[in-house]
Amino acid sequence: MGYDDKAPIYFQIMNDIKKDIITGKLKAGSKLPSVREMAEAKRVNPNTVQRAYQELEREGVTFTQRGMGTFVTEDTTVINNLKWEMSKGFIIDFIANMKSLGFSETDITNVLKDYLEKGNV
Amino acid sequence: MDTLLQIKNVTKNYVGKRALKGVNLTLGYGKILGLMGPNGSGKTTLMKIIVGLQKPSSGEVLITGQAPGVHTKSMVSFLPDVNHLYSWMKVKDAMAFYKDFFPDFDAVKCSEMLLFMRLDASTNVKSLSKGMMEKLNLSLTLSRKAKLYVLDEPLGGVDPVAREQIIDSILKNYREDSSVIISTHLVNDIERLFDEVAFISDGNIILYGDAEELRQEHAKSIDELYREVFQNV
Repeated sequence: MGYDDKAPIYFQIMNDIKKDIITGKLKAGSKLPSVREMAEAKRVNPNTVQRAYQELEREGVTFTQRGMGTFVTEDTTVINNLKWEMSKGFIIDFIANMKSLGFSETDITNVLKDYLEKGNV
Repeated sequence: MDTLLQIKNVTKNYVGKRALKGVNLTLGYGKILGLMGPNGSGKTTLMKIIVGLQKPSSGEVLITGQAPGVHTKSMVSFLPDVNHLYSWMKVKDAMAFYKDFFPDFDAVKCSEMLLFMRLDASTNVKSLSKGMMEKLNLSLTLSRKAKLYVLDEPLGGVDPVAREQIIDSILKNYREDSSVIISTHLVNDIERLFDEVAFISDGNIILYGDAEELRQEHAKSIDELYREVFQNV
């Protein structure tokens, strides 16, 4: 589990689910666990899971079918956008971390290129 | 929002000590409230007043609109922080005791919980470790079909694995038509369970709010917030 509880937990649950969708662990069109199942699996308050599910639906990542449950969207554009959105987060963090170490933007580009070519810095 | 519990300006004076100095609190249905504060801050006194074991010196407690009494006792299930089972009992006797006492006690559910907790019905109560005792008492408390569950320090003196089992049981027991109040000073282990938190210090509620909103507002976990608040008290 290992949550960093500084951020709201519903937000972290949303991110976990988005990650699972991007990596294909949760397939397009597949059913999400029920709120209760998810709450027990993650050891969090059911109302928190409910909120995460509502927000995911609002963002168009999932949809609910009455009496059937919550399902992952089948819209591949939405899933692709999730991927880009999440990569943006990694890039922003990476650059902020490198800058805090004193790397200039040119340095960062060079170090990254080197690493990708040689597999080492 | 429908109100399950309403506490209005409750004070409690013991000889030479004011244990509660005017507590106000409202709780709806389907909520898990964390009541947090250091030892001696008034948590247990407040819980005993809610369940009707003590009377407030002034102020009012209402459970579904009624003052604590015979009727509300049938709606409230209390886990005290001290053991209240007789030492001659076996686990199954403790169950029978609860069944006799509380018409809403669900023996089938209790057996399932004991199985989950890996407690054997033929074990002597007095031979149980502190953690097993806590698990037994919690199973008994949660096996009543109550409106309000009041759990005083359910994680106290319990090892990490048992803590997880206890947290899992509280979650499995969650119902939208009931609420749970949990007192603890082990905030980190259980904060993900709380809808709402109340920090109590020296007989006053000094911070109260929605757990997620507090995290967002302060960019801190409830555990960190607790440490920060009580460092300066």
